[in-house]
Amino acid sequence: MNDLLDSLIEIIRRTSAEIPDDVQRSILAALEAEKKGSIAESAMKIIERNIALAKQKSQPICQDTGSVLFYVATPVGFDQITFEETAKQAVRKATLLGYLRQNSVNSLTGANDGTNVGPGAPSMHFHQHREPHVEVRLILKGGGCENVGAQYSLPNEKLKANRDLPGCRKVILDAVLQAQGKGCGPGILGVCIGGDRATGYELSKHQFLRLLDDHNPQPELEALEQDILQTANQLGIGPMGFGGKTTLLGVKIGAANRVPASFFVSVSYMCWAFRRQGVRLGPEAEIAEWLY
Amino acid sequence: MIPITAPFTEEKMRSLKVGDAVAISGVLFTGRDAVHKYLHEGGALPAGVALRDGIIYHCGPVVLKDEKGDWKVTAAGPTTSIREEPYQGQIIREFGLRGVIGKGGMGERTLQACKENGCVYLHAIGGAAQVLAECVTRVLNVYLLEEFGSPEAIWELEVRDFPAVVTMDSHGRSLHQEVFEHSKAELENYL
Repeated sequence: MNDLLDSLIEIIRRTSAEIPDDVQRSILAALEAEKKGSIAESAMKIIERNIALAKQKSQPICQDTGSVLFYVATPVGFDQITFEETAKQAVRKATLLGYLRQNSVNSLTGANDGTNVGPGAPSMHFHQHREPHVEVRLILKGGGCENVGAQYSLPNEKLKANRDLPGCRKVILDAVLQAQGKGCGPGILGVCIGGDRATGYELSKHQFLRLLDDHNPQPELEALEQDILQTANQLGIGPMGFGGKTTLLGVKIGAANRVPASFFVSVSYMCWAFRRQGVRLGPEAEIAEWLY
Repeated sequence: MIPITAPFTEEKMRSLKVGDAVAISGVLFTGRDAVHKYLHEGGALPAGVALRDGIIYHCGPVVLKDEKGDWKVTAAGPTTSIREEPYQGQIIREFGLRGVIGKGGMGERTLQACKENGCVYLHAIGGAAQVLAECVTRVLNVYLLEEFGSPEAIWELEVRDFPAVVTMDSHGRSLHQEVFEHSKAELENYL
C-alpha cells in the first residue's frame, strides 16, 4: 500500500498548501470589487499574496490546518479498514513534514501528542459507488470558521422564522450576521435544511464538496443560494469584518428529510482559506486525476 | 502603513486610531486559550516572558526544527480572539500589555481595559499564515511547550514589519461594534 500512502500524503500536502482554482477565481473577483485604498482591499491583497506564497513554499495556507475530513467513494467490496489505517499513517507523516499543524488535542486531558491521530481524528466518511475506482476528497476545516457554525430549530420566535423557506432564509442570514468576520471572511456557507442534529451538520459540510460556481439542481434551493449570497453582500461586513463589499464568496444548500417534530437548519461556515482537494486513484492507488 | 517599533510605549499606542494600518517590528509573545486560562487562574508567568509594555499575539504557529536544530516558524496567522474575552481585560491590567494581536475583534471588557491601560487591539489577517510567517525573523524562545503543546505554547518571536489594522483603540472605539451595528440595521431592510 505504499502508493496509497504516498498519494494520501500528496493529497494532504496539496490541500494544505494550494487553494482550489474555483475558490481562487472567486477571491480574485472579490479583490477587484473592493474599494481601492480601503482596509478591506488591503486585507484581500494580503490574502492573495498569502495564497501565492503558500503554493510556492508548499506550506500551509493557514496555520490552523483544521479538522482533517476525508470523504472516500469506493467500489463495492473495497477494504476500508486498510484504507483508514493508511490514511492515519499519512496524517502522521504529513504532520512531521509540517503540512499539518500538531492540531489534535485530547478533550479530557488537554494532551496533544503531536500526531493528529486519535479518537475521531482524522474523520473518515466512506460511501460506496458503482464505479471501479476510488475517489478521495479531503477538507481541512479550521477551528475559527467551525466555531461560527450554527444550528437553528424552527420555529424560532426571536427571529420570526417559521417552518418554511422564508424562515430558513432568516436564520441563515442571522448566522451570517452573528459570524461577522470571526470565521475569516469572505466565507462560504454550507447549509442543510432538515435532517437531525448530527446529520444536519454532516450534510451541511458535504456542500463544501461542490464547486463554488456550480448550480443547485433544485430550483428553489438555487434561488435561495443566490438570494442569501446577494443579501449577505449588501450587509457591509466585508473581508475579516473590516466593512466592505464581499462578505460571502458562495452559498451551498442541501436538504434532507426530517421527522415531523424537528425542523433544523444547520449552517457551516468555511473561511476564505477553503482547503478542499480531491483525486481519482488509479489501479495502483496512484493519483490518476485531480478533481478540483 | 504606520511603523510601530519596540519599545511599545503608552504614548505610541495611544496615538493609534481605529482604521490605522500598522507595521509592527520588535518582539511578540504568542498566547492563546491555554495561556489565558492559566494566567487568569493565577499561573506564574515563566521567567523571560516580558508582557509589560509588550504585545501578546493570539496565534498557534506551525514551528519546525531545521537541520541545525533551530526553531523555524512556517505558518503563523492569528486565531479567533473572542474566546479570550473572559480573561483579556484582566491580563491587560495585571501584566501591563500595550497590544493584543488577533482576529475577529473582542468585546466590551477588553475595549474598556484598552481605554484604561493604553492598549490597542490589532487585527491581523486571518488565514494569512505564510505572509505573516515571513515577518517572523527569529524564534527567540519557547515557554510551557511541554505543558500546553506546540500550538498553545508561548513562543517568543522577533518580527519585522508585521502588518495589522487597529480595530479597537484606546479611546473607546471598536470597528467590530460599528460594523456589527451597521450590518444589523442593514439586514432589517432585507427581512
